[in-house]
Amino acid sequence: MSNPPDIVTGDTEAPALALPAPSPPGAPVDEARRRVHELWLSGTEAPGDLGRFTSEGAQEMLAEEAPPILAAQMGSLVGDDYAAEAGAGSEETQIINMGPQHPATHGVLRLQIELEGEIIRRAKPIIGYLHTGMEKTAEALTYVQGATNVTRMDYMSPFFNELCYSLAVERLLGIEVPPRAQAIRVLMTELNRVASHLLWIATQGLDVGALSMMLYGWRERELLLGFFEKVTGLRMNHDYIRPGGVAADLPDGWEDDVADILAKVPPGLDDYAALLDANPIFKERTVGVGVITAEECRAFGVTGPILRATGVAWDTRRAFPYSGIEKYRFDIPIGSAGDVYDRYRVRMEEMRQSLRLAEQAAAAMPRGDYRSDDLKVTPPPRARLDQSMEALIHHFKLFTEGFKVPPGEVYQAVESPRGELGMYLVSRGGAKPWRLHVRGPSFAAVQALPVMLADTLVADTVATVASADPVLGDVDR
Amino acid sequence: MSESPFDPGTPMGAVLAGLAERFPAVEFSAPLGDPVARVAPDGLVALAAAARDAGCNTFIDLCAVDYLARPEGRFEVVVHLLSMEARFRLRLRVAVPGDDPRVPSLTGVFPGANFYEREAYDLFGIRFDGHPDLTRLLLPDDWEGHPLRKDHPVGSVPVQFRAVEGAP
Repeated sequence: MSNPPDIVTGDTEAPALALPAPSPPGAPVDEARRRVHELWLSGTEAPGDLGRFTSEGAQEMLAEEAPPILAAQMGSLVGDDYAAEAGAGSEETQIINMGPQHPATHGVLRLQIELEGEIIRRAKPIIGYLHTGMEKTAEALTYVQGATNVTRMDYMSPFFNELCYSLAVERLLGIEVPPRAQAIRVLMTELNRVASHLLWIATQGLDVGALSMMLYGWRERELLLGFFEKVTGLRMNHDYIRPGGVAADLPDGWEDDVADILAKVPPGLDDYAALLDANPIFKERTVGVGVITAEECRAFGVTGPILRATGVAWDTRRAFPYSGIEKYRFDIPIGSAGDVYDRYRVRMEEMRQSLRLAEQAAAAMPRGDYRSDDLKVTPPPRARLDQSMEALIHHFKLFTEGFKVPPGEVYQAVESPRGELGMYLVSRGGAKPWRLHVRGPSFAAVQALPVMLADTLVADTVATVASADPVLGDVDR
Repeated sequence: MSESPFDPGTPMGAVLAGLAERFPAVEFSAPLGDPVARVAPDGLVALAAAARDAGCNTFIDLCAVDYLARPEGRFEVVVHLLSMEARFRLRLRVAVPGDDPRVPSLTGVFPGANFYEREAYDLFGIRFDGHPDLTRLLLPDDWEGHPLRKDHPVGSVPVQFRAVEGAP
């Protein structure tokens, strides 16, 4: 095989951009990696240097890494239970790829894993395959349009994205939403949590070989998605919860649908518990697998069921209540071991608690308006447009220019099915957000995957990844 | 130096009053209810470590904002920490100059800052000194520019395909 030609031939053909100096032999690995990255950025490829890397360039996991990043990949930045020499880059190990098209990665997550025999020594998640620049898009949309954008991020729990966004905008505006809108928000988000966890248990079951769980989970989830469709018109990406309230009132007969859900889902949950709780095969695949400690969770920002499975009773709904959820009664289930099995138990109980919340919200559904009466935020009723010039102007202004939000910045968090979903919203006084940063719970969970995967068997990878319940739309945005 | 606006009688106020006393150069305030600390880049790591030891030991978020033209610096790095015991969130805001955006890395204090700093580097081009693996996270390695900067053009991005070696 012939060598590829050099493109920099001599001093007469000076490169357009100054290249970084070559690393001297023996320099730390991250310097070499940095240099390759600079080469990519400068657009001048030096073939000899790039030969050692594959098409991923600088994001690739290297055979030998510098100590800090080695520790991160061995999942041991918090505890110091690893030996830097053990396995890393030695002759007996091999680096394999899992994904991005692997069916058990729930999307397009790519994991690079260094194996020593069947033991995972290092893991590195490589993300970005689903990046669509939604934070940049949010800066080009008005606050009215924004909910349509954010609902597509974590597409398994769209109501939570809309709720978080709406709460952030409402806090900047300083408006209160009426009690009925709050109760509808609680009802829809808690049912969404059940739907999201049902999808999780379906795929978790599938990933550890319990194929029937896949079908059962889908069966119950269909009930919920049917209800969402009836209320919002769509099964996913609803754009139902909007700044100022919700898009429309609940449809006629919604009580019967909720009663139907409350009657049919709990027996389904009992069935799953009977199938899995004491199932020796399921327990063999999950007990003691993918362990993470509470300390590691907090250092990596991992929240939600993963944190609660380690024994920390932390729930944003309890600590920072929103939508009047402090008036409802619910319990926070916790585990103790922080393994896949405890996450399963925690999520199962969370579904029951969410149904309990939905039942309370439906029973005590207040009468009244379903959106704020602030006419600068809420569009006027259709009938008013024919009678009132002001209503027509308001309507026109709201759907062309949108409403203006006072300058300021706010961080709003809600407890999504995957943990703390936060949005940092910066307004500079215009009708569009200056900046919207989304802190996805899956992002933190994917980052902590090396912690859960280090020193486990390669066969347990799919069980661990599934138990972290990453939604890649939320990770990459 | 300003007096701490927080009531030391509450758990949150006690933590913040302690931090305000230790870091007189840091400006504390509480707009819209959340405590905010404005800190210079060179004081960030010390403040974050002190906040962690004082109870804000859950790393929540790190992101950057591009304010384009602003006297105190074009960019801002915003860090959110959470204290589960005292039940409050602390926001650290660091103004960063636009010509050479550099901030010390928090990865030594919170390992969870790793991906968040890579994301901020990827999308804003802010360098985090001391980060062990500061490479792009969401975009491909050969992407040019940092798209969440306000001066990055929208809608004129060429399709990113890498030439295949040996193809005709």
